[in-house]
Amino acid sequence: MTQAPARRRPLVGEILGRSDYAIIGDIIEPGTRVLDLGCGEGELLEWLAQNQGVEGHGVEIQPARVQRAIARGVSAYQGDIEESLEHYPDQAFDYVIASQTLQEMQRPLKVLREMLRVGRFGVVAFPNFGHWRVRWAHLVSGRAPRTVLFPHEWYDSPNIHFLTIDDFRSLAANQNWTIERGYYLAGQRAVRWRENLLAEVAVFLVRR
Amino acid sequence: MVVETQLARFDSIALDCGATLAPVEVAYETYGELNHDRSNAILIVHAFSGDAHAAGVSKETGKPGWWDDMIGPGKGFDTGKYFLICSNVLGGCRGTTGPASIDPAAGRPYAMSFPVITIGDMVRLQNRLVEHLGISRLLSVAGGSMGGMQALEWSVSYPEKVASVVVIGSTARHTAMQIAFNEVGRQAIMADPDWNGGDYHGGRGPARGLAVARMVGHITYMSDESMRQKFGRRLREKDVLGFDFSVDFEVESYLRYRGSQFVDRFDANSYLYITKAEDYFDLTGGFPSLAASLERSRARFLVISFTSDWLYPSYQSLEIVNALRSLVRDVAYCALPSEYGHDAFLVEVGEQSEIVRGFLASAVRAAARPAGAPGATSRAALQERRG
Repeated sequence: MTQAPARRRPLVGEILGRSDYAIIGDIIEPGTRVLDLGCGEGELLEWLAQNQGVEGHGVEIQPARVQRAIARGVSAYQGDIEESLEHYPDQAFDYVIASQTLQEMQRPLKVLREMLRVGRFGVVAFPNFGHWRVRWAHLVSGRAPRTVLFPHEWYDSPNIHFLTIDDFRSLAANQNWTIERGYYLAGQRAVRWRENLLAEVAVFLVRR
Repeated sequence: MVVETQLARFDSIALDCGATLAPVEVAYETYGELNHDRSNAILIVHAFSGDAHAAGVSKETGKPGWWDDMIGPGKGFDTGKYFLICSNVLGGCRGTTGPASIDPAAGRPYAMSFPVITIGDMVRLQNRLVEHLGISRLLSVAGGSMGGMQALEWSVSYPEKVASVVVIGSTARHTAMQIAFNEVGRQAIMADPDWNGGDYHGGRGPARGLAVARMVGHITYMSDESMRQKFGRRLREKDVLGFDFSVDFEVESYLRYRGSQFVDRFDANSYLYITKAEDYFDLTGGFPSLAASLERSRARFLVISFTSDWLYPSYQSLEIVNALRSLVRDVAYCALPSEYGHDAFLVEVGEQSEIVRGFLASAVRAAARPAGAPGATSRAALQERRG
């Protein structure tokens, strides 16, 4: 595997010697069409294009990041994720990726529904608010939890919706979505039991 | 890089209005080298008052080209990699046949007997030039403002000949406001008695009307912010108000200078014809929607707008981009932050260069890949691969 460049917002970080990109590469089939919501500077889409022959499209709201994404040859679109999906027809993409962005959305459920309308599969990665360290921090401090995973003060946090792994599973069941695969990670390790308590980050492959 | 404008001549060209123009001459320049398989040609299409001299130093005038900051060795449009072509548009006055050209049938300038032309006609003539140069497929067609309109027109008129398109500070159709500004310019020219129904050749010509038209144009190319920064309320060579109607403010002096300078290099009738072509431009024409029209294109798109451009605001770029997104086409879009208004596409070189360089490189990579219609992988194929 070629050396993957560092990504601004890694999907999952390193696990068992496999990079973020390897896990994404494991999920995303080669030669498919992918939409990355919050694509940043387009590192992931560039990697997918070069290594998986993927046709990548990106949405990013910050102009400077969009510019760098386009400069690296990625078809990035400058716009708000929540307003941008409506233009795409049904099932326009094989995969729609929301990597560490869902918790920052005003209306995450609307975004998820739109993701599964325009994409055949959704790839959703988010920090798990149910992790024991978050619970512990909240319990002992009695204040909005601040951990390595949630490092922000309540007033400057980009995270406006906190969810746990169980929350997402319950939503999926509730909405009749099928979770095809789940990856649960704590630091460098894969979590194989009690994910909602022990995993820091979850990655789900979901379909309608 | 010293460049010389060249001339190509064609027997005739059929126009959208039904008329035929014969013969037709096209002034053009080229930069860089055409590669062995003729796959690195890029057509640069100019804005309203531009010409064929886009880059390098003119052998004739010693002046740099209008997009010299963007075109050259190592620049956004790298002449070390690409073969660039730029021609003066049909109806222009910088070497290509236009209303100031001699009508061979009459033995005098066409003036107002010149047929009304369209952006489509301009593109048809450019296609003749590209064929004349032995190029069957362009790596890209790129331009700002009216150049962006031509680039869009190229993508739907000759979809098989255009691999990518760069549309900067432009629109798929002129709005009422854009038509209105053009009409003010035309009326300024036609209200000048020296315009004389367009028949001013050999006379003075409508210098005052053309200058006023250009003054209005320049206001629309700037922004409130850029004018406040550039001029503010500064007085011109005086400390107190003159209490007369001579020049008081810097901005007045600037506009008068720009107006009078324009008269020396631009034909008033060309102003009428080219602005009319802009106003007639509507990529949707004859189609139920912009998307239905753009569906004909096969190109990858790069669309750029500028935050302070109020003449061609970002929403017009977004109309193009969203139509392409509804077709799930390959389109990159960004709204570059700038205070220069519409002029930004000529001024904001750094960011545009970086973006254009990356976009063209990806266009080269895409062109090198085996042909195949872009499309989501079929469910069956995906299921099969998933095992």
